[in-house]
Amino acid sequence: MATQSLRQPLRASKVNIHTRRIKSGIVSGLAVLATIIVIAPLVAILLYLLKQGVTSLNWDFFTKIPVPAGESGGGMENAIVGSGVVLALASLIGIPLGIGAGIYLAEYAGSTRMGNLVRFTADVLNGVPSIVMGIAIYALIVLPQKHFSAFAGGVVLGVMMVPTVTRTTEEMLRMVPHAIREAALGLGVPAWRSVLTITVRTASAGIVTGCMLAFARVAGETAPLLFTAFGNAFQSTSLNEPIAALPLQIFVYAVSPYDEWHRLAWAGALVLIVLIIASVALVRYVVSRGTLKGAS
Amino acid sequence: MTQPAKIFVSESSTPPPDAKQPVKPSVVRTFLRGRGNSAIADGTFKALVFLCALSIFGIVILIAWELISRSHLTLAKFGLGFFFRSAWDPVNNDFGAFPFIYGTLVSSFLALLISVPFALGVAIFLTEMCPKWLRAPLSFLTELLAAIPSVVYGLWAIFVLIPLLRDYVNPKLMFTLGWTGFFTGPNAGYSMLAAGVVLAIMILPIISSLAREVMTSVPMVQREGVLALGATRWEMIRIGVLRNARIGIVGAIILGLGRALGETMAVTMVIGNRPEIVKSFLAPGYTMASVLANEFSEATGDMYLSALIEIGLALFLVTIVVNACARMLVWAVTRGAPARVA
Repeated sequence: MATQSLRQPLRASKVNIHTRRIKSGIVSGLAVLATIIVIAPLVAILLYLLKQGVTSLNWDFFTKIPVPAGESGGGMENAIVGSGVVLALASLIGIPLGIGAGIYLAEYAGSTRMGNLVRFTADVLNGVPSIVMGIAIYALIVLPQKHFSAFAGGVVLGVMMVPTVTRTTEEMLRMVPHAIREAALGLGVPAWRSVLTITVRTASAGIVTGCMLAFARVAGETAPLLFTAFGNAFQSTSLNEPIAALPLQIFVYAVSPYDEWHRLAWAGALVLIVLIIASVALVRYVVSRGTLKGAS
Repeated sequence: MTQPAKIFVSESSTPPPDAKQPVKPSVVRTFLRGRGNSAIADGTFKALVFLCALSIFGIVILIAWELISRSHLTLAKFGLGFFFRSAWDPVNNDFGAFPFIYGTLVSSFLALLISVPFALGVAIFLTEMCPKWLRAPLSFLTELLAAIPSVVYGLWAIFVLIPLLRDYVNPKLMFTLGWTGFFTGPNAGYSMLAAGVVLAIMILPIISSLAREVMTSVPMVQREGVLALGATRWEMIRIGVLRNARIGIVGAIILGLGRALGETMAVTMVIGNRPEIVKSFLAPGYTMASVLANEFSEATGDMYLSALIEIGLALFLVTIVVNACARMLVWAVTRGAPARVA
């Protein structure tokens, strides 16, 4: 197969070199064009969002709770607080589990069959649609309790964070040079302490970025919250009651027929996207500074 | 270079005082005792992280179990026929998932059709042609596309994309391609086509970043060899890169398909949500994920709930199979051990 494919261009030398060059030029041009066309919707979305969002963003948005349809004013204070509560719970569940699994993969499992199986399952879990996660948690928590709750919302987002945190933690730990581990063990440090205080600490910047990446990913999730956190028109911080969340509120307002609510949806989308892009950019900055590369 | 030295000194010189190693009494005894103590601690720690790893299996099994046990009503009543029936009548407890499956498949394949050429173009540009200084900002921009939440895409699609399609693109499509039957009928904007376009934008970064990863892993020697035989740049890319990376690229595309199948919010906001099977892409449709999003929280009656959960189960199984295939294909290329994985 390989030898045959390599012989082709030589045989094709009967074809005029100019045609070949032109063909190459055309394809290169198409690739550039594709890149430009791909960047275009991104820029369009961001600019439009900025335009709509900035004009409708005001102080009330951050300090007031929603008003009934038809009245003007109101904000999303309850949704911002609600998102905070749900995401905090999700981080409490997802981050320790993910980091633990990542440590297992990097330090103990290596490339054993068990390790590969965990890796594979994590990747597959990562691809399970968020709405399916929502249904499973609904069946697990909401149905027996017979009411929607912030707790269920936190659990569903926490579960969704696990695979991302696991894989990034593992990758970051693998970058830590072996000499550092050997030095620690050679000085008589117990293995568990060497992992926690030497390896994990060396890779901590990378692990934190992995956690933020997972956080940013679930921060914008709407589908799994539809029937776990459910949404709430009023201020609530109780884990046992339905709670509002920023993406949920954006969805409800976006599909509503009121202009005032559309305005608020744009403002919410802007806030959400600024939060997410800021964390993603921070992640890239930390990674590109190469805190880990310096250690090798 | 100062970094490692600092880490080494500060980290490794602190543990001994903490670890209580008075070397004076008997070196052998302290060594043995230290070993005994840490053996328990080490074992506990290992067991703890192992449990964390097992929790990933636990989650998958729990999801599967919940979905299966909660959908047994419709599983028992309709069997496999559930997926081939077109009825959707909650009042008379008559359910069939075919319109939703059709909508999911059509919108996802439409999305692939639109996004694959662009994604591959971007991947080729970024790995083979892009000047170095432009590479980082461009890849950051395409990754940003992946970071935008689904609901924001939906919001943008409702207010920008749909009017654009309805007023400018659809009339042209109806005029030029109306004879195919795929672009006919009332032009409402909320349609299968709108869902396909939004999905295409959303899965593009996934496909292109994975394709890029796969293409980067093709050894430089391949490119140099083909160029040395007198190939032009396109011939080099086609013979030296694409041919070697093709398995992984297929994997990337399948992974994009998996994402498109399960995508919920943006699709729900633009597809029109009507459980009908119409040949025209300009007509509204419904997908498995969006019927769940719309009807789940108001499902009354055990049968209705069971039908919806069975749709969720089907979605779960399909995406697991799709993702597993894709992962194996991508791993086969990037790990360099294709025979064993496959």
